[in-house]
Amino acid sequence: MADALLVARGITRRFGGLVAVNAVSLELEQGNVHAVIGTNGAGKSTLVGLLSGEYWPSEGRVELDGHDVTDWRQPRRARAGVGRSYQRSNVFAQLTALENCWLCAQAQGRGLRGWLGPAAQRDASWDAAHGALERTGLTDIGSCVAATLSHGTRRQLEIAMCLACRPRILLLDEPLAGMGPDETERMLMLLSSLRADHAILLVEHDMDAVFRIADRITVMIDGRVLAGGAPAQIRADARVRSAYLGEASEA
Amino acid sequence: MNATTFLVQCLNAVQYGLLLFLVASGLTLIFGAMNIINLAHGSFYMVGAYMAYALAPWVGLYLGGGFFTTLLVGLLLSIALGYLLEWAFFSLLYEREHLQQVLMTYGLILIFEELRSILVGDDVHGVQMPDWLAGTIPLGSLMTYPVYRLFISAVCLLVALGMYLVLSRTRLGMAVRAGSVNREMTQSLGVNIDLLYRVVFAAGVALAVLAGMIAAPVSSVYPGMGNQVLIICFVVVVIGGIGSVRGAFVAALLVGLVDTFGKVFFQEAAGVLVYLMMAAILLWKPEGLFRQG
Amino acid sequence: MPIFARQGFAALLVVAVLAAFPLVGGKYEIDLIAKILVLAIFALSLELLVGQTGLVSFGHAAFFGLGAYTTALLLQDPDPRSFWLVLITAMLVAGLYALPVAALSLRTRGVYFIMVTLAFAQLVYYVFHDTKIAKGSDGIYLTGVPELSFAGWIPFDVTKSLPFYYVVLGLLCLVYAFLTTLGQSRFGRALAGIRLNEQRMRAAGFATYPYKIAAFVIAAMLAGLAGFLKATKDGYVNPEMLAWHESGAVLLMIILGGLGKLRGAVIGAFAFVLLQELFKSDAVFGEFAKRWQLLLGFTIIACVLLLPHGLVGLPARLRRRERENG
Repeated sequence: MADALLVARGITRRFGGLVAVNAVSLELEQGNVHAVIGTNGAGKSTLVGLLSGEYWPSEGRVELDGHDVTDWRQPRRARAGVGRSYQRSNVFAQLTALENCWLCAQAQGRGLRGWLGPAAQRDASWDAAHGALERTGLTDIGSCVAATLSHGTRRQLEIAMCLACRPRILLLDEPLAGMGPDETERMLMLLSSLRADHAILLVEHDMDAVFRIADRITVMIDGRVLAGGAPAQIRADARVRSAYLGEASEA
Repeated sequence: MNATTFLVQCLNAVQYGLLLFLVASGLTLIFGAMNIINLAHGSFYMVGAYMAYALAPWVGLYLGGGFFTTLLVGLLLSIALGYLLEWAFFSLLYEREHLQQVLMTYGLILIFEELRSILVGDDVHGVQMPDWLAGTIPLGSLMTYPVYRLFISAVCLLVALGMYLVLSRTRLGMAVRAGSVNREMTQSLGVNIDLLYRVVFAAGVALAVLAGMIAAPVSSVYPGMGNQVLIICFVVVVIGGIGSVRGAFVAALLVGLVDTFGKVFFQEAAGVLVYLMMAAILLWKPEGLFRQG
Repeated sequence: MPIFARQGFAALLVVAVLAAFPLVGGKYEIDLIAKILVLAIFALSLELLVGQTGLVSFGHAAFFGLGAYTTALLLQDPDPRSFWLVLITAMLVAGLYALPVAALSLRTRGVYFIMVTLAFAQLVYYVFHDTKIAKGSDGIYLTGVPELSFAGWIPFDVTKSLPFYYVVLGLLCLVYAFLTTLGQSRFGRALAGIRLNEQRMRAAGFATYPYKIAAFVIAAMLAGLAGFLKATKDGYVNPEMLAWHESGAVLLMIILGGLGKLRGAVIGAFAFVLLQELFKSDAVFGEFAKRWQLLLGFTIIACVLLLPHGLVGLPARLRRRERENG
């Protein structure tokens, strides 16, 4: 059993009077896809934001490799290996796909000379960008401007930009959103291929996809964890069936 | 300082703050409802003051009225002006980047200044206050306080109360508050957004013009007055939180206090104090005291 | 080494023309162009902040004015001071004020940022206008002169028209080259990324706050350099250099020229000053020249509405028009 890379211990987040996330604990391990499902408003996106460092928890702790990183903001966690993709494509629309990945990869650069040196140099970040495009099968559209890409391709680019930073942990917020069956198939194959080297958190509405690919599932409702476990367990869980699965729309 | 002097300064501070609120509330309303940053707002204040000066003889001659009639005429004119300006110019500013709005309204300031110069000249003028308000009331045994300044405060408080009632109790107020939080939703609820914007804008202009008109007798009427009040209003809006009328009220009083007592205790450094206060507040709350939404 | 190619050739051509200009121009024209070149440096500094990083500051005149006032205060004795010493001090003072302003202002966003930067500029304006640090609203004259010496050799008096012209031209080229290199560096690309999508930059691992502060301070120092040059040229400073009209004017210059391109800032400075000269000229507008602000106001509005990409974008717009008209 692999050691947990990213752990949330009882994290709670309040916005004024609203408790968006309520005492949620979960663990992300390398080689595992951990899916988080729940109705709209269940707090899933806030949870992702808490893990990525965009929000700080009102209570609770976040640990990375055993270190307490609750105080770390997003850029610092990102440099430590926590990658995140967004629900709505968050790319640099005016740049090409390659430039998108390359810019992200440059966050890993160090040293003053790295800062002042010309960005055009082929180096580690260039390799990382190319590698990320290859991994996601986007090498052909590398020189296309991001704004001209189809929705499905842009979602893939989201993932590629994540990968360009060489993360160990992937926090994916509805990567399948708005995708047709072929695109979904491609994305699932990509996620399977990424499983071995990464710890993946997958927030999704597409139940078929979730049950196909997840190793563990956590069900959230109203900010709390309703149930958590292996897919078969969750499928059989009576509370989950009544609260969520029975009303879930087929993707 | 003794108790009476302190009271006088307090009254001055409150009066100044309330006047600022009148102008700043228009600025923050327009920004909150329509997401427009309007540098020319100070010009409306100036227009109000110059109207008080220029309209008085005309009103006296043709309508036989005095100060209050001038006020009324000025208000009606300003509503018409606001309506026209929104239609002709400010509607071009929606959906534009703030930088473009800043520049276009900056151009508008220049145009206003020159138009004023052409129509009324560049001289400094005084405006007569109505006789029954020109007296003083005694404070303690030694000092007196001008009635007119109390009148200014009273008018501002009345307007503030009116605004509160309209914003919190009427459908119009609800539409304004909803529009500032979510434009599309409000439109889909059947609210005529174009008309709403025009009304809000006209109201904003009227507020600034009213402030200029009632301030004219004490501040006199001079070319640079619009720009001076504009910057301070920005500080008020930033401190209070953009879009929040309540915030503008609190912030305006704060600024009034700091500025008035600053001039008493620090003289030369007084102008700087307000900005230092703004800096301190931003350290604590980067989006103002009562941030919107 | 950055690759200049065709753009580099055009730039060299422009520099050559400017360098040759004093041969044909009279004193008035030389002084006018020198004034434009100083403003071009000011505009370039703001372009780094607004065009490259996407931070719309409405208080940039503060650093321009601080540079100018530092220069004036250092040159109150008739004894000459080192040109470089005064220059560097002016830049440092501007940068030192920029540091806390940036740290505070950058905690705000969007319109708040615009208003906050304006307010911080007003702060400095009132310091110089109301207090006796520098004779208040009257302004002060420079009694001393900066002396440009290379290891003891003083080739010319830098306050004279012709030498000053070439010194400014040289400094403009330096600043332009510096900003070009900066723009193509990792740091510059990061600034562009912050402008395009700051959230994504943070998600990738860029700590965007220090980057923005650095851009702000560099821009402020370059504005201080422009202020130093202006004070040296005019021999006089007053608080109006810190007024928000000045901040508005320099914003207008970079919009007029075209945001996002360095040459836009230079073109904008030329266009702005020449337009003002045109509007103020009795020969063209006669009596109406007194009302030049009216014309300027309309021009600003027309420019924003009709030329969203500034003069730099004009050729592209015209080409598109041609294509549309068949």
